[in-house]
Amino acid sequence: MSALRDWIAERAPIAEIVEELEHKRVPQHRHDVFYYAGGVTLFFFVVQVVTGALLLMYYRPSAGEAYESVQFIMARVPFGWLIRSIHAWSANLMIGAAFVHLFSVLFLKSYRRPRELTWMSGVILLGLVLGFGFTGYLLPWNQLAFFATRVGTAIPSSTPVIGHGLMRLLRGGNDVTGGTLTRFFGVHVAILPGICTFLLAFHVLLVQRHGMSVPPAVAAASKASGRPVPSMPFLPDYMLRDLFGWTLAIGLVAALSAFLPWELGKKADLFAPAPAGIRPEWYFLWAFQTLKFVPARVLGLEGEFVASLAFGLGGAALFFLPLIDRNTETSRRIVTWLGAAALLYMIAMTALALRAGGGGPVP
Amino acid sequence: MPLPGPEGPVGRRSFLNWVLGTWAGGVLAAIGFPVIRYLTPPDVPESTTRFASGGQASTLLPNTFRIVPFGANPAIIVRQASGDLKAMSATCTHLSCTVQYRGDLGQIWCACHNGRYDLNGRNIAGPPPRPLESYDVSTRNDEIVISRRA
Repeated sequence: MSALRDWIAERAPIAEIVEELEHKRVPQHRHDVFYYAGGVTLFFFVVQVVTGALLLMYYRPSAGEAYESVQFIMARVPFGWLIRSIHAWSANLMIGAAFVHLFSVLFLKSYRRPRELTWMSGVILLGLVLGFGFTGYLLPWNQLAFFATRVGTAIPSSTPVIGHGLMRLLRGGNDVTGGTLTRFFGVHVAILPGICTFLLAFHVLLVQRHGMSVPPAVAAASKASGRPVPSMPFLPDYMLRDLFGWTLAIGLVAALSAFLPWELGKKADLFAPAPAGIRPEWYFLWAFQTLKFVPARVLGLEGEFVASLAFGLGGAALFFLPLIDRNTETSRRIVTWLGAAALLYMIAMTALALRAGGGGPVP
Repeated sequence: MPLPGPEGPVGRRSFLNWVLGTWAGGVLAAIGFPVIRYLTPPDVPESTTRFASGGQASTLLPNTFRIVPFGANPAIIVRQASGDLKAMSATCTHLSCTVQYRGDLGQIWCACHNGRYDLNGRNIAGPPPRPLESYDVSTRNDEIVISRRA
Protein backbone atom coordinates (compact mmCIF):
# COMPACT_ATOMS: atom_id res chain seq x y z
CA MET A 1 0.00 0.00 0.00
CA SER A 2 2.74 2.42 0.94
CA ALA A 3 4.66 1.37 -2.16
CA LEU A 4 1.65 2.36 -4.27
CA ARG A 5 1.40 5.67 -2.42
CA ASP A 6 5.07 6.38 -3.05
CA TRP A 7 4.70 5.41 -6.71
CA ILE A 8 1.84 7.89 -7.11
CA ALA A 9 3.53 10.63 -5.05
CA GLU A 10 6.57 10.50 -7.29
CA ARG A 11 4.41 11.10 -10.37
CA ALA A 12 1.51 13.33 -9.18
CA PRO A 13 2.00 16.34 -6.87
CA ILE A 14 -0.88 15.37 -4.54
CA ALA A 15 1.14 15.74 -1.33
CA GLU A 16 2.16 19.27 -2.28
CA ILE A 17 -1.47 20.27 -2.92
CA VAL A 18 -2.55 18.80 0.43
CA GLU A 19 0.29 20.59 2.18
CA GLU A 20 -0.69 23.89 0.59
CA LEU A 21 -4.31 23.40 1.70
CA GLU A 22 -3.10 22.67 5.25
CA HIS A 23 -1.24 25.98 5.28
CA LYS A 24 -4.19 27.89 3.85
CA ARG A 25 -6.22 29.72 6.52
CA VAL A 26 -9.81 30.94 6.46
CA PRO A 27 -10.59 34.17 8.39
CA GLN A 28 -13.21 34.07 11.13
CA HIS A 29 -15.48 37.03 11.80
CA ARG A 30 -19.19 37.83 12.20
CA HIS A 31 -19.90 37.62 8.44
CA ASP A 32 -17.94 34.42 7.78
CA VAL A 33 -21.10 32.29 7.38
CA PHE A 34 -21.41 33.75 3.86
CA TYR A 35 -18.16 32.04 2.86
CA TYR A 36 -20.20 28.82 2.59
CA ALA A 37 -22.53 30.15 -0.13
CA GLY A 38 -20.09 29.50 -2.97
CA GLY A 39 -19.29 25.98 -1.77
CA VAL A 40 -22.98 25.13 -1.47
CA THR A 41 -23.58 26.40 -5.03
CA LEU A 42 -20.74 24.16 -6.22
CA PHE A 43 -22.24 21.23 -4.35
CA PHE A 44 -25.62 21.67 -6.05
CA PHE A 45 -23.79 21.88 -9.39
CA VAL A 46 -22.22 18.48 -8.72
CA VAL A 47 -25.67 17.10 -7.84
CA GLN A 48 -26.92 18.47 -11.18
CA VAL A 49 -24.12 16.78 -13.12
CA VAL A 50 -24.77 13.41 -11.47
CA THR A 51 -28.59 13.45 -11.67
CA GLY A 52 -28.45 14.99 -15.16
CA ALA A 53 -26.27 12.13 -16.38
CA LEU A 54 -28.74 9.66 -14.86
CA LEU A 55 -31.73 11.32 -16.56
CA LEU A 56 -29.92 11.06 -19.90
CA MET A 57 -30.26 7.27 -19.71
CA TYR A 58 -34.01 7.48 -20.36
CA TYR A 59 -34.77 10.98 -21.67
CA ARG A 60 -35.52 11.37 -25.41
CA PRO A 61 -35.06 14.86 -26.88
CA SER A 62 -37.83 15.07 -29.48
CA ALA A 63 -41.25 16.71 -29.51
CA GLY A 64 -42.96 13.36 -30.01
CA GLU A 65 -41.17 11.55 -27.19
CA ALA A 66 -39.81 14.04 -24.63
CA TYR A 67 -42.95 14.35 -22.51
CA GLU A 68 -43.63 10.62 -22.63
CA SER A 69 -40.04 9.77 -21.70
CA VAL A 70 -40.19 12.05 -18.63
CA GLN A 71 -43.52 10.45 -17.75
CA PHE A 72 -41.82 7.06 -18.07
CA ILE A 73 -38.97 8.21 -15.79
CA MET A 74 -41.48 9.46 -13.21
CA ALA A 75 -43.86 6.49 -13.31
CA ARG A 76 -41.94 3.38 -14.34
CA VAL A 77 -38.21 3.72 -13.75
CA PRO A 78 -37.28 2.67 -10.18
CA PHE A 79 -36.47 5.87 -8.24
CA GLY A 80 -36.99 7.82 -11.47
CA TRP A 81 -39.36 10.22 -9.72
CA LEU A 82 -36.66 10.84 -7.11
CA ILE A 83 -33.85 11.47 -9.60
CA ARG A 84 -35.97 13.89 -11.63
CA SER A 85 -37.28 15.69 -8.55
CA ILE A 86 -33.76 16.05 -7.18
CA HIS A 87 -32.58 17.44 -10.53
CA ALA A 88 -35.39 19.99 -10.55
CA TRP A 89 -35.15 20.96 -6.87
CA SER A 90 -31.38 21.09 -6.83
CA ALA A 91 -31.45 23.32 -9.94
CA ASN A 92 -33.62 25.82 -8.12
CA LEU A 93 -31.58 25.63 -4.94
CA MET A 94 -28.38 26.06 -6.96
CA ILE A 95 -29.71 29.28 -8.49
CA GLY A 96 -30.87 30.44 -5.06
CA ALA A 97 -27.45 29.68 -3.58
CA ALA A 98 -25.74 31.43 -6.51
CA PHE A 99 -27.78 34.58 -5.85
CA VAL A 100 -26.95 34.46 -2.12
CA HIS A 101 -23.28 34.02 -3.08
CA LEU A 102 -23.45 36.97 -5.50
CA PHE A 103 -25.09 39.39 -3.10
CA SER A 104 -22.93 38.37 -0.13
CA VAL A 105 -19.75 38.89 -2.17
CA LEU A 106 -21.16 42.22 -3.33
CA PHE A 107 -22.10 43.46 0.15
CA LEU A 108 -18.83 42.21 1.72
CA LYS A 109 -16.88 43.86 -1.16
CA SER A 110 -14.90 40.68 -1.79
CA TYR A 111 -14.58 41.60 -5.49
CA ARG A 112 -11.85 44.18 -4.74
CA ARG A 113 -8.31 43.86 -6.06
CA PRO A 114 -6.85 41.26 -6.64
CA ARG A 115 -10.14 39.33 -7.00
CA GLU A 116 -11.58 41.16 -10.04
CA LEU A 117 -11.30 38.14 -12.33
CA THR A 118 -12.84 35.86 -9.69
CA TRP A 119 -15.87 38.18 -9.63
CA MET A 120 -16.07 38.48 -13.41
CA SER A 121 -15.86 34.73 -13.98
CA GLY A 122 -18.52 34.38 -11.27
CA VAL A 123 -20.89 36.78 -13.07
CA ILE A 124 -20.46 34.77 -16.30
CA LEU A 125 -21.08 31.55 -14.34
CA LEU A 126 -24.32 33.04 -12.99
CA GLY A 127 -25.37 33.80 -16.57
CA LEU A 128 -24.54 30.22 -17.58
CA VAL A 129 -26.54 28.85 -14.63
CA LEU A 130 -29.55 30.93 -15.71
CA GLY A 131 -29.00 29.53 -19.22
CA PHE A 132 -29.10 26.02 -17.77
CA GLY A 133 -32.38 26.91 -16.08
CA PHE A 134 -33.92 28.40 -19.22
CA THR A 135 -32.93 25.52 -21.53
CA GLY A 136 -33.70 22.80 -18.97
CA TYR A 137 -37.19 24.18 -18.31
CA LEU A 138 -38.28 23.32 -21.88
CA LEU A 139 -36.95 19.75 -21.93
CA PRO A 140 -40.04 18.02 -20.37
CA TRP A 141 -42.03 19.62 -23.25
CA ASN A 142 -45.00 20.63 -21.15
CA GLN A 143 -47.48 23.45 -21.71
CA LEU A 144 -46.00 25.97 -19.25
CA ALA A 145 -42.46 25.44 -20.52
CA PHE A 146 -43.60 25.68 -24.14
CA PHE A 147 -45.11 29.13 -23.69
CA ALA A 148 -42.37 30.35 -21.35
CA THR A 149 -39.87 29.45 -24.08
CA ARG A 150 -41.96 31.12 -26.76
CA VAL A 151 -41.97 34.33 -24.73
CA GLY A 152 -38.31 34.09 -23.71
CA THR A 153 -37.09 33.52 -27.25
CA ALA A 154 -39.38 36.24 -28.66
CA ILE A 155 -37.86 38.93 -26.42
CA PRO A 156 -34.61 39.28 -28.45
CA SER A 157 -36.67 39.69 -31.64
CA SER A 158 -37.45 43.26 -30.56
CA THR A 159 -33.78 44.19 -31.10
CA PRO A 160 -33.45 46.41 -34.18
CA VAL A 161 -31.82 44.88 -37.31
CA ILE A 162 -30.49 41.59 -35.85
CA GLY A 163 -33.58 40.74 -33.74
CA HIS A 164 -35.22 38.29 -36.11
CA GLY A 165 -31.95 36.47 -36.78
CA LEU A 166 -31.26 36.20 -33.05
CA MET A 167 -34.68 34.71 -32.43
CA ARG A 168 -34.19 32.17 -35.21
CA LEU A 169 -30.77 31.27 -33.82
CA LEU A 170 -32.31 30.61 -30.39
CA ARG A 171 -35.33 28.70 -31.69
CA GLY A 172 -33.60 26.85 -34.50
CA GLY A 173 -36.36 28.09 -36.82
CA ASN A 174 -39.17 30.63 -36.94
CA ASP A 175 -41.19 29.01 -34.19
CA VAL A 176 -40.75 26.97 -31.02
CA THR A 177 -40.94 23.42 -32.37
CA GLY A 178 -39.28 20.04 -31.91
CA GLY A 179 -36.24 21.67 -33.51
CA THR A 180 -36.04 24.10 -30.58
CA LEU A 181 -36.26 21.21 -28.13
CA THR A 182 -33.33 19.41 -29.80
CA ARG A 183 -31.32 22.63 -29.84
CA PHE A 184 -32.03 23.42 -26.18
CA PHE A 185 -31.13 19.83 -25.29
CA GLY A 186 -27.74 20.17 -27.00
CA VAL A 187 -27.08 23.48 -25.26
CA HIS A 188 -28.21 22.08 -21.90
CA VAL A 189 -26.19 18.86 -21.89
CA ALA A 190 -23.13 19.67 -24.02
CA ILE A 191 -22.37 23.33 -24.71
CA LEU A 192 -23.18 24.86 -21.31
CA PRO A 193 -21.57 22.05 -19.25
CA GLY A 194 -18.39 22.34 -21.34
CA ILE A 195 -18.02 26.09 -20.89
CA CYS A 196 -19.21 25.90 -17.28
CA THR A 197 -16.68 23.25 -16.23
CA PHE A 198 -13.80 25.26 -17.69
CA LEU A 199 -14.92 28.53 -16.06
CA LEU A 200 -15.70 26.84 -12.77
CA ALA A 201 -12.18 25.38 -12.61
CA PHE A 202 -10.77 28.85 -13.29
CA HIS A 203 -13.05 30.44 -10.65
CA VAL A 204 -12.23 27.87 -7.94
CA LEU A 205 -8.51 28.01 -8.77
CA LEU A 206 -8.56 31.80 -8.26
CA VAL A 207 -10.46 31.41 -4.97
CA GLN A 208 -7.78 28.97 -3.76
CA ARG A 209 -5.00 31.24 -4.99
CA HIS A 210 -6.26 34.42 -3.33
CA GLY A 211 -7.88 32.90 -0.26
CA MET A 212 -10.97 34.34 1.40
CA SER A 213 -11.38 38.10 1.35
CA VAL A 214 -11.61 39.92 4.68
CA PRO A 215 -14.39 42.56 4.57
CA PRO A 216 -13.08 46.17 4.77
CA ALA A 217 -14.85 46.88 8.10
CA VAL A 218 -13.35 43.75 9.73
CA ALA A 219 -9.88 44.58 8.37
CA ALA A 220 -10.16 48.18 9.63
CA ALA A 221 -11.28 47.06 13.11
CA SER A 222 -8.38 44.62 13.32
CA LYS A 223 -5.93 47.32 12.27
CA ALA A 224 -7.33 49.77 14.84
CA SER A 225 -7.17 47.24 17.69
CA GLY A 226 -3.80 45.87 16.61
CA ARG A 227 -5.14 42.31 16.86
CA PRO A 228 -4.99 40.10 13.72
CA VAL A 229 -8.24 38.69 12.32
CA PRO A 230 -8.68 35.18 13.82
CA SER A 231 -8.54 32.32 11.34
CA MET A 232 -8.72 28.52 11.05
CA PRO A 233 -6.88 26.05 8.79
CA PHE A 234 -8.67 25.21 5.53
CA LEU A 235 -7.72 21.55 5.96
CA PRO A 236 -9.20 19.93 7.96
CA ASP A 237 -11.18 22.50 10.02
CA TYR A 238 -12.89 24.48 7.28
CA MET A 239 -13.27 21.52 4.91
CA LEU A 240 -15.14 19.57 7.60
CA ARG A 241 -17.51 22.49 8.13
CA ASP A 242 -18.04 22.66 4.35
CA LEU A 243 -18.82 18.93 4.28
CA PHE A 244 -21.29 19.37 7.13
CA GLY A 245 -23.02 22.15 5.15
CA TRP A 246 -23.18 19.89 2.10
CA THR A 247 -24.75 17.14 4.19
CA LEU A 248 -27.45 19.60 5.26
CA ALA A 249 -27.90 20.60 1.59
CA ILE A 250 -28.37 17.01 0.42
CA GLY A 251 -30.83 16.44 3.27
CA LEU A 252 -32.82 19.50 2.17
CA VAL A 253 -32.89 18.37 -1.48
CA ALA A 254 -33.91 14.85 -0.53
CA ALA A 255 -36.69 16.07 1.79
CA LEU A 256 -38.09 18.51 -0.80
CA SER A 257 -37.95 15.86 -3.54
CA ALA A 258 -39.63 13.22 -1.41
CA PHE A 259 -42.39 15.39 0.02
CA LEU A 260 -42.94 17.80 -2.87
CA PRO A 261 -42.09 15.83 -6.04
CA TRP A 262 -41.68 18.05 -9.10
CA GLU A 263 -44.80 18.08 -11.27
CA LEU A 264 -44.83 17.36 -14.98
CA GLY A 265 -47.97 19.24 -16.04
CA LYS A 266 -49.77 18.85 -19.36
CA LYS A 267 -48.03 18.01 -22.60
CA ALA A 268 -47.31 20.99 -24.85
CA ASP A 269 -50.01 21.53 -27.46
CA LEU A 270 -49.09 23.90 -30.27
CA PHE A 271 -52.77 24.60 -30.90
CA ALA A 272 -53.96 25.31 -27.38
CA PRO A 273 -54.23 28.81 -25.89
CA ALA A 274 -51.62 29.84 -23.34
CA PRO A 275 -53.03 28.71 -19.98
CA ALA A 276 -54.00 31.32 -17.40
CA GLY A 277 -51.44 31.63 -14.62
CA ILE A 278 -48.53 31.04 -16.99
CA ARG A 279 -45.21 32.30 -15.74
CA PRO A 280 -41.52 31.51 -15.96
CA GLU A 281 -39.40 29.99 -13.19
CA TRP A 282 -39.22 32.13 -10.05
CA TYR A 283 -35.76 33.51 -10.82
CA PHE A 284 -37.03 35.13 -14.03
CA LEU A 285 -40.23 36.47 -12.42
CA TRP A 286 -38.81 39.91 -11.66
CA ALA A 287 -37.88 40.37 -15.34
CA PHE A 288 -41.25 38.92 -16.44
CA GLN A 289 -43.11 41.37 -14.19
CA THR A 290 -41.02 44.27 -15.50
CA LEU A 291 -42.05 43.33 -19.06
CA LYS A 292 -45.70 43.56 -18.06
CA PHE A 293 -45.23 47.16 -16.92
CA VAL A 294 -43.27 48.30 -19.98
CA PRO A 295 -45.54 49.99 -22.56
CA ALA A 296 -45.56 48.73 -26.18
CA ARG A 297 -43.35 51.61 -27.37
CA VAL A 298 -40.81 53.68 -25.44
CA LEU A 299 -39.13 56.66 -27.19
CA GLY A 300 -39.97 55.19 -30.59
CA LEU A 301 -38.42 51.80 -29.77
CA GLU A 302 -40.16 48.53 -28.93
CA GLY A 303 -40.80 48.23 -25.20
CA GLU A 304 -39.19 44.79 -24.95
CA PHE A 305 -36.03 46.09 -26.55
CA VAL A 306 -35.80 48.99 -24.09
CA ALA A 307 -36.31 46.57 -21.19
CA SER A 308 -33.74 44.09 -22.56
CA LEU A 309 -31.31 46.96 -23.09
CA ALA A 310 -31.79 48.00 -19.45
CA PHE A 311 -31.25 44.38 -18.27
CA GLY A 312 -28.16 44.16 -20.48
CA LEU A 313 -26.72 47.40 -19.11
CA GLY A 314 -27.41 46.17 -15.57
CA GLY A 315 -25.60 42.92 -16.35
CA ALA A 316 -22.64 44.81 -17.83
CA ALA A 317 -22.45 47.08 -14.77
CA LEU A 318 -22.47 43.97 -12.57
CA PHE A 319 -19.71 42.35 -14.62
CA PHE A 320 -17.47 45.44 -14.56
CA LEU A 321 -18.27 46.32 -10.93
CA PRO A 322 -14.70 45.70 -9.64
CA LEU A 323 -13.35 48.12 -12.26
CA ILE A 324 -16.08 50.73 -11.69
CA ASP A 325 -15.77 50.76 -7.87
CA ARG A 326 -12.76 52.95 -7.05
CA ASN A 327 -12.64 51.29 -3.60
CA THR A 328 -13.01 54.39 -1.45
CA GLU A 329 -15.25 54.62 1.61
CA THR A 330 -17.85 56.57 -0.44
CA SER A 331 -17.79 54.31 -3.50
CA ARG A 332 -18.19 51.22 -1.32
CA ARG A 333 -21.19 52.81 0.37
CA ILE A 334 -22.72 53.60 -3.05
CA VAL A 335 -22.25 49.95 -4.12
CA THR A 336 -23.99 48.78 -0.93
CA TRP A 337 -26.96 51.08 -1.53
CA LEU A 338 -27.23 50.22 -5.24
CA GLY A 339 -26.98 46.50 -4.44
CA ALA A 340 -29.68 46.83 -1.80
CA ALA A 341 -31.90 48.77 -4.23
CA ALA A 342 -31.45 46.11 -6.94
CA LEU A 343 -32.20 43.33 -4.47
CA LEU A 344 -35.31 45.13 -3.19
CA TYR A 345 -36.50 45.76 -6.76
CA MET A 346 -36.13 42.07 -7.63
CA ILE A 347 -37.92 40.97 -4.46
CA ALA A 348 -40.75 43.49 -4.93
CA MET A 349 -41.28 42.55 -8.59
CA THR A 350 -41.22 38.83 -7.76
CA ALA A 351 -43.79 39.40 -5.00
CA LEU A 352 -46.03 41.34 -7.42
CA ALA A 353 -45.78 38.56 -10.02
CA LEU A 354 -46.63 35.92 -7.42
CA ARG A 355 -49.56 37.95 -6.13
CA ALA A 356 -50.95 38.44 -9.63
CA GLY A 357 -50.82 34.65 -10.03
CA GLY A 358 -48.63 34.77 -13.13
CA GLY A 359 -50.38 36.33 -16.10
CA GLY A 360 -53.84 36.33 -14.59
CA PRO A 361 -56.26 39.18 -15.27
CA VAL A 362 -55.47 42.39 -13.48
CA PRO A 363 -58.71 44.05 -12.40
CA MET B 1 10.88 47.41 -30.00
CA PRO B 2 12.38 46.84 -33.46
CA LEU B 3 16.14 46.44 -33.32
CA PRO B 4 18.20 48.29 -35.88
CA GLY B 5 19.54 45.66 -38.22
CA PRO B 6 20.01 44.55 -41.79
CA GLU B 7 16.26 43.79 -42.08
CA GLY B 8 15.40 47.47 -42.40
CA PRO B 9 12.68 49.39 -40.53
CA VAL B 10 10.14 46.51 -40.33
CA GLY B 11 12.29 44.09 -38.42
CA ARG B 12 12.21 40.32 -38.46
CA ARG B 13 10.27 40.09 -35.20
CA SER B 14 7.35 42.28 -36.19
CA PHE B 15 7.18 40.58 -39.59
CA LEU B 16 6.97 37.17 -37.93
CA ASN B 17 4.33 38.47 -35.50
CA TRP B 18 2.32 39.70 -38.44
CA VAL B 19 2.59 36.33 -40.19
CA LEU B 20 1.65 34.44 -37.03
CA GLY B 21 -1.25 36.79 -36.32
CA THR B 22 -2.62 36.45 -39.84
CA TRP B 23 -2.21 32.68 -39.67
CA ALA B 24 -4.05 32.45 -36.31
CA GLY B 25 -6.76 34.84 -37.50
CA GLY B 26 -7.21 32.87 -40.71
CA VAL B 27 -7.52 29.55 -38.90
CA LEU B 28 -10.04 30.99 -36.40
CA ALA B 29 -12.10 32.57 -39.18
CA ALA B 30 -12.03 29.34 -41.19
CA ILE B 31 -13.39 27.48 -38.15
CA GLY B 32 -15.72 30.19 -36.87
CA PHE B 33 -17.53 31.06 -40.08
CA PRO B 34 -18.91 27.58 -40.85
CA VAL B 35 -19.82 27.06 -37.17
CA ILE B 36 -21.84 30.27 -37.01
CA ARG B 37 -23.47 29.51 -40.38
CA TYR B 38 -24.24 25.98 -39.15
CA LEU B 39 -25.95 27.31 -36.01
CA THR B 40 -28.20 29.61 -38.05
CA PRO B 41 -31.13 27.41 -39.10
CA PRO B 42 -31.81 27.15 -42.84
CA ASP B 43 -34.80 29.09 -44.12
CA VAL B 44 -37.65 26.69 -44.69
CA PRO B 45 -40.19 28.63 -46.76
CA GLU B 46 -43.61 28.58 -45.14
CA SER B 47 -46.38 27.44 -47.40
CA THR B 48 -48.68 30.39 -47.90
CA THR B 49 -51.86 28.87 -46.58
CA ARG B 50 -54.92 30.66 -47.89
CA PHE B 51 -57.74 28.50 -46.53
CA ALA B 52 -58.22 26.30 -43.50
CA SER B 53 -61.08 24.33 -42.07
CA GLY B 54 -62.48 25.65 -38.81
CA GLY B 55 -64.35 22.48 -37.88
CA GLN B 56 -68.09 22.01 -37.38
CA ALA B 57 -70.08 25.24 -37.10
CA SER B 58 -72.93 23.76 -35.07
CA THR B 59 -70.66 22.60 -32.22
CA LEU B 60 -69.17 26.06 -31.67
CA LEU B 61 -71.60 27.52 -29.16
CA PRO B 62 -72.28 31.24 -28.69
CA ASN B 63 -69.70 33.08 -26.57
CA THR B 64 -67.07 30.32 -26.99
CA PHE B 65 -63.98 29.91 -29.12
CA ARG B 66 -61.92 27.29 -30.90
CA ILE B 67 -58.28 27.24 -31.95
CA VAL B 68 -57.47 25.57 -35.26
CA PRO B 69 -54.29 25.15 -37.29
CA PHE B 70 -53.93 27.68 -40.08
CA GLY B 71 -50.95 26.28 -41.91
CA ALA B 72 -48.26 25.96 -39.25
CA ASN B 73 -49.79 28.66 -37.03
CA PRO B 74 -52.83 28.73 -34.76
CA ALA B 75 -55.97 30.71 -35.64
CA ILE B 76 -58.82 31.53 -33.27
CA ILE B 77 -62.49 31.36 -34.21
CA VAL B 78 -64.99 33.04 -31.90
CA ARG B 79 -68.75 32.74 -32.00
CA GLN B 80 -70.17 35.94 -30.58
CA ALA B 81 -73.25 35.99 -28.39
CA SER B 82 -75.16 37.29 -31.44
CA GLY B 83 -74.13 34.16 -33.35
CA ASP B 84 -71.67 35.87 -35.69
CA LEU B 85 -68.32 34.21 -36.32
CA LYS B 86 -65.00 36.03 -36.13
CA ALA B 87 -61.59 34.59 -37.01
CA MET B 88 -58.07 35.90 -36.63
CA SER B 89 -54.51 34.83 -36.02
CA ALA B 90 -54.12 33.41 -32.50
CA THR B 91 -50.47 34.39 -32.13
CA CYS B 92 -50.18 37.39 -29.81
CA THR B 93 -48.23 40.20 -31.46
CA HIS B 94 -46.43 40.91 -28.18
CA LEU B 95 -44.30 37.83 -27.49
CA SER B 96 -46.10 35.19 -29.58
CA CYS B 97 -48.14 33.33 -26.94
CA THR B 98 -51.42 31.79 -28.14
CA VAL B 99 -54.42 33.95 -27.24
CA GLN B 100 -57.90 32.89 -26.11
CA TYR B 101 -61.41 34.38 -26.07
CA ARG B 102 -62.81 35.47 -22.72
CA GLY B 103 -66.59 35.41 -22.73
CA ASP B 104 -66.75 37.45 -19.51
CA LEU B 105 -64.81 40.30 -21.15
CA GLY B 106 -66.08 39.81 -24.70
CA GLN B 107 -62.44 40.23 -25.74
CA ILE B 108 -59.48 38.25 -27.01
CA TRP B 109 -57.07 37.83 -24.10
CA CYS B 110 -53.46 36.70 -23.84
CA ALA B 111 -52.64 34.92 -20.59
CA CYS B 112 -48.92 35.61 -20.79
CA HIS B 113 -48.82 39.37 -20.26
CA ASN B 114 -52.48 40.32 -20.00
CA GLY B 115 -52.73 41.73 -23.54
CA ARG B 116 -56.23 42.34 -24.95
CA TYR B 117 -57.75 42.68 -28.41
CA ASP B 118 -61.27 43.39 -29.57
CA LEU B 119 -63.09 40.97 -31.88
CA ASN B 120 -61.73 42.74 -34.95
CA GLY B 121 -58.22 41.93 -33.73
CA ARG B 122 -57.40 45.49 -32.67
CA ASN B 123 -54.96 45.69 -29.74
CA ILE B 124 -56.88 47.64 -27.11
CA ALA B 125 -55.02 47.06 -23.81
CA GLY B 126 -51.78 45.75 -22.41
CA PRO B 127 -48.44 45.39 -24.15
CA PRO B 128 -49.35 44.11 -27.68
CA PRO B 129 -47.84 46.50 -30.24
CA ARG B 130 -49.90 45.48 -33.32
CA PRO B 131 -53.37 44.10 -34.13
CA LEU B 132 -53.96 40.40 -34.84
CA GLU B 133 -54.40 39.54 -38.51
CA SER B 134 -58.13 39.08 -39.18
CA TYR B 135 -59.39 36.29 -41.42
CA ASP B 136 -62.60 35.97 -43.41
CA VAL B 137 -65.06 33.40 -42.13
CA SER B 138 -67.68 31.55 -44.11
CA THR B 139 -69.78 28.45 -43.50
CA ARG B 140 -70.33 25.67 -46.04
CA ASN B 141 -72.63 22.81 -45.06
CA ASP B 142 -71.90 23.25 -41.34
CA GLU B 143 -68.14 23.50 -41.93
CA ILE B 144 -66.40 26.73 -40.96
CA VAL B 145 -63.87 27.89 -43.55
CA ILE B 146 -61.43 30.65 -42.69
CA SER B 147 -59.40 32.41 -45.33
CA ARG B 148 -56.67 35.00 -45.46
CA ARG B 149 -57.79 38.35 -46.81
CA ALA B 150 -56.42 39.22 -50.22
